Amino acid sequence: MSTLPAWMTARRLTAIVGHSGSGKTELAVNMAVALARAGVRTALADLDVVNPYFRSRERRDLLTELGVRVVSSAQALAEADVPSLPAELNALLQDQGLRSLLDIGGDLGARVLARYRHQIDAQPHEVLLVLNAHRPQTSTAERAAASLRQIEAAMGLAVTGIVNNTHLCGETGPEDILLGAALAEEVSQMTKLPVVCHGVSRALARRLPPLDAPVFPIDIYMKKPWER
Amino acid sequence: MAKELWKGNEAVAEAAVRAGCKCFFGYPITPQNEIPEYMSARLPQVGGVFIQSESELAAINMVYGAAASGVRAMTSSSSPGISLKQEGISAMCSGELPGVVVNMMRGGPGLGTIQPSQCDYFQATRGGGNGDYRTIVLAPCNIQEAVDMTQEAFDLADLYRMPVMILGDGMIGQMMEPIEWHDIPKRELPPKDWAASGRKGRDHSNFITSLRIDAPDSEQFNRSLEAKYKRIAEKETRWAEQDTEGCEILLVAYGTPARIAQSAAEELEAKGIRAGLFRPQTVWPFPSKRLAEIAAQESVKAILVVEMSLGQMLEDVQLAVEGAKPVRFYGRVGGMVPSVEEIADEAEKVLREVR
Repeated sequence: MSTLPAWMTARRLTAIVGHSGSGKTELAVNMAVALARAGVRTALADLDVVNPYFRSRERRDLLTELGVRVVSSAQALAEADVPSLPAELNALLQDQGLRSLLDIGGDLGARVLARYRHQIDAQPHEVLLVLNAHRPQTSTAERAAASLRQIEAAMGLAVTGIVNNTHLCGETGPEDILLGAALAEEVSQMTKLPVVCHGVSRALARRLPPLDAPVFPIDIYMKKPWER
Repeated sequence: MAKELWKGNEAVAEAAVRAGCKCFFGYPITPQNEIPEYMSARLPQVGGVFIQSESELAAINMVYGAAASGVRAMTSSSSPGISLKQEGISAMCSGELPGVVVNMMRGGPGLGTIQPSQCDYFQATRGGGNGDYRTIVLAPCNIQEAVDMTQEAFDLADLYRMPVMILGDGMIGQMMEPIEWHDIPKRELPPKDWAASGRKGRDHSNFITSLRIDAPDSEQFNRSLEAKYKRIAEKETRWAEQDTEGCEILLVAYGTPARIAQSAAEELEAKGIRAGLFRPQTVWPFPSKRLAEIAAQESVKAILVVEMSLGQMLEDVQLAVEGAKPVRFYGRVGGMVPSVEEIADEAEKVLREVR
């Protein structure tokens, strides 16, 4: 059992949203692994109805082995891109003893949350916006804020915090994290939303100067077939 | 310039815009939907036109029309949608019209699956449409190459007045990778004095057609295409190779499987097996000459072709090698992707058999 950082246990229910390619799924899978390893009853719902590849359901075996309840579209549709939402999702919204993570598709993929917004709004929850300064459509504070507003409008829920998840896949260096931290800070000042954490690959996490928000060491689970 | 993180489909679309593409016509199909989605927002910003056509057939014929008027035009789709475009591709070859067609391949046949595949190699390189025609087919293995090749595709299309295809497996469209925007080498391009864009004081009308009723005239035209294709084979054939000098086993793969094969080659090297990788970057024209040279080395005991198909490029490799060395095959199909271990194991098995 490992101890969890305070930000990860602040709320029972977390929705993870953001621009496509920001690293939402990697963050969600890492949070689920960290929670499960700390002995927390955890569920992860893959509600990505936008992307056909590289979805958290592909890590079902790993997560299930750790005791994470993985919820996605019916197994028969697991490889499809139909916008079907699993009925089992209600368990994550209702079971107050279950630490629940909702991994949401990029950009307007956040619309899947609109159907559940009253249920979500009626209980303590958080909506984390994942930000990658190297994605051209969120590379400035203005663009990132515009993307945030678009996502909020699509889901009918307010974003409650920002995660700096800036990376260039295997080419990420400390300067990239710092670039993202500066962007997250700027967006934070514009929107009055807190920077919750910095998602940083484990090897890189040790090489960073002190940052205001906590650093969350990330293990890369969403590997490409040639990566080892 | 600083690196940026791009999704393959979006990057291909942006590359086309930077290459001066002014018209995009297409119809949605997974796994290439981000191309039309991106174009719908981006093209109006540069004075271009995006039309979501009523079908793939309509889209390719809109490309025909736009190309005939002299503007740079493109369409994209995935496997079943590309099937529907074959008539238009054949017509563009006959009308000698430039255009770019992107195929982000998914598993087939028929509607198949939305997961990645390379099962349209025959269709792309042999011509899925009618007639003696060829299309230049560029096969990127990463997003940087997809971006560079897309930009070059427009130049190649204009230079040779023919459709050029970007042949990517679904992963090329869907994955994220860091890329750098840099200038690609510019080619000397002839003026489009053939375009049907208004008479403008010329003494003749430009007329673009794929119909040639008179047989001697038609034969002469086909011979001119033949000469053009020979020129392309001489000048535009491209490949990449790694550790091919003195290799014992030669892996041949294109697109993302080439990267998996590369990792497998490294694993084999670690076990003391000399493994080389040959990666065609143009699959038509196919780099047969260089492949034959590598295969002829005394050190080469066997060639292992790896594809996400039942063995299509395999036939081009066999034609190139002409039986000089054993050519074996490993493929995964239906949207399944070969693993590093599978390829390395197969290579070892092949070597055991031929030694």
